[in-house]
Amino acid sequence: MMVAIAEIAERTEGNDNVLKIRNLSTHYFSRRGVLKAVDRVSMDLKKQEFVGIVGESGCGKSTLAFSIMRLIQPPGKIVEGEILFNGKDLLKLKDEEMRKVRGKEIGMVFQDPMTSLDPLEKIGDQIVETIQMHEDIGKNEALEKAMKLLESVGLPGDRVNYYPHQLSGGQRQRVMIALAIALNPTLLIADEPTTALDVIVQEKIMEILQNMKEEGRSIILITHDFSLAAEKSDRIVIMYAGWIVEMGDSSKLVKEPMHPYTEGLLESVPDIWLQKKIKTMPGFPPDLINPPSGCKFHPRCPHAMEVCKREEPPLIGVNERLVKCWLYK
Amino acid sequence: MEILKVENLKKYFPVQKSFIEVLFSKELEFIRAVDRINFSVEEGEILSLVGESGCGKTTVGRMLVGLEEPTDGKIIFKNKDLTSLRGEERRAMHRYLQIIFQDPYASLNPKMKIGDHLMDPLLIHGIASNNEAKKMAIEMLERVGLVPAEQFFNRLPYQLSGGQRQRVAIARAMVLKPEFVVADEPVSMIDVSLRAAILNLLLSFKEEYRLSMLFITHDLSVARLVGDRIAVMYLGKIVEIGGVDEVIHEPKHPYTAALLSAVPSFEKRDLRIDIKGDVANPRSPPPGCRYHPRCPFARRECREIEPDLVGDTHKVACHYPLEIRVD
Repeated sequence: MMVAIAEIAERTEGNDNVLKIRNLSTHYFSRRGVLKAVDRVSMDLKKQEFVGIVGESGCGKSTLAFSIMRLIQPPGKIVEGEILFNGKDLLKLKDEEMRKVRGKEIGMVFQDPMTSLDPLEKIGDQIVETIQMHEDIGKNEALEKAMKLLESVGLPGDRVNYYPHQLSGGQRQRVMIALAIALNPTLLIADEPTTALDVIVQEKIMEILQNMKEEGRSIILITHDFSLAAEKSDRIVIMYAGWIVEMGDSSKLVKEPMHPYTEGLLESVPDIWLQKKIKTMPGFPPDLINPPSGCKFHPRCPHAMEVCKREEPPLIGVNERLVKCWLYK
Repeated sequence: MEILKVENLKKYFPVQKSFIEVLFSKELEFIRAVDRINFSVEEGEILSLVGESGCGKTTVGRMLVGLEEPTDGKIIFKNKDLTSLRGEERRAMHRYLQIIFQDPYASLNPKMKIGDHLMDPLLIHGIASNNEAKKMAIEMLERVGLVPAEQFFNRLPYQLSGGQRQRVAIARAMVLKPEFVVADEPVSMIDVSLRAAILNLLLSFKEEYRLSMLFITHDLSVARLVGDRIAVMYLGKIVEIGGVDEVIHEPKHPYTAALLSAVPSFEKRDLRIDIKGDVANPRSPPPGCRYHPRCPFARRECREIEPDLVGDTHKVACHYPLEIRVD
């Protein structure tokens, strides 16, 4: 395990990495036991890179995002690891320092815009408040900035005078993105930003995220939709049961999946343009309080060997790919 | 042979108003959820009904199984108009007409054993005695992959995962050996890796029982996979209907093409069909073609005259249908 982590570090050393996550674990402490939602995860993100984190519900992808933002609430806790953002370890920052990072350096878009927006306050006032919390500018200037922000996400500037309920789901999600980029962060994390939206609206939101990337930001898109991530991101990270099981270039990963889980997922997703039967993946996602021994995927894996039941597989580098599987040792 | 035929089916929901509004306005307002639609389903056929949220697709499904009373129109099932049947006569027909809901967390009774969910329909319709019903329930649990069935029989819904609950919902619909099933987004709340299993299970029933189905979904990829034909709905209207390959590869309606261009795929096709703005309010749909304010090809006729759904096997409601092929 340690070898593999050193290996990633070596591969990416000297690169213009915005974000380096090393050996990060976030656990939830419940009455039944300890749930390892994120289990010793390491990954990097380059400047102006669009990374898609793909996984099923409960795989730890949202917990990973909330950990980067340090928004984990009890009974959850980040128990080990480093999150280096532009060289500084976010986990070592004081709460007040972290508050300055949130919004100003890392922006986040959440799944449900209705619960993230204040229903009793006009859109404009909410953006102005965010700007004024971090920047010392007057109300009028901030309001002008808010209107420009709304225009940058494809909404008319006069929507500053609207309340959240007067907007559609897609428009609200645009407001959320405007809020997330209000302070011009270099990294934007979008956690299932289009799950509640229709495909046509989804496409428009994705266009905005891609524009954000063109403007120089790094993007993390968290989604359960494999084809969406494959289509939009430069690199894909596949998570299963708290582990990163595979990561690599999007188009190559889709063409030649290496991890049996990635392969199974690809075969089980219907695609609009590809002629194929879908294959059923056996079994169920594991209970993370009592995960299977060895490789957590082994009970569902068609290639499982003896070693898979006994020992955790290392994260192995094959060409430009990283894969956590004994098949490649 | 047609098993189900829908004629001019309509559902208008009255808009709730405050007391003051009622005092000062004379006219009641309606949300036109489903507005005079026509389609039929053949024996052993799956018709996928696709559209965005709010287009009326779920209301269509709910009317078919009697959970919503149509404002107007006919639902002809096995040569009988369901809308004219009442009481016992109507209930008897519903043995053959079942529904699977979207949310397996809401569709099962939390205080009722899994086995009772399956036995109740058999007892209500007087199909089996207690012992027979239990035997049939256990067989059906096995058939949908909930094994050991005797154990699942005695469990309560909270002890099951979402995927398992959806299997129970399918088993409950199938235990009556229906001839027609409405499946309303049966996999949209299921984990990605388990969806294929549920879809393949439904398809296996189609093969085995020559089951007909209305498969309601917002996901065109799923609609294509399970359907023999696809119907596309927009603002309470069917705008296009035809064989799966016709609709996907030769979309005639600009809305269908816009939907297709937005579906994420591992091998995206570039259709370059744009769509403007947002969906109109179903209380006051636009005049003429309801899609015209969003359509890049709209002309004067589109703003004034509502197009009919016309064509042979591949029907479209558009004054200027597209002539494209996407492979």
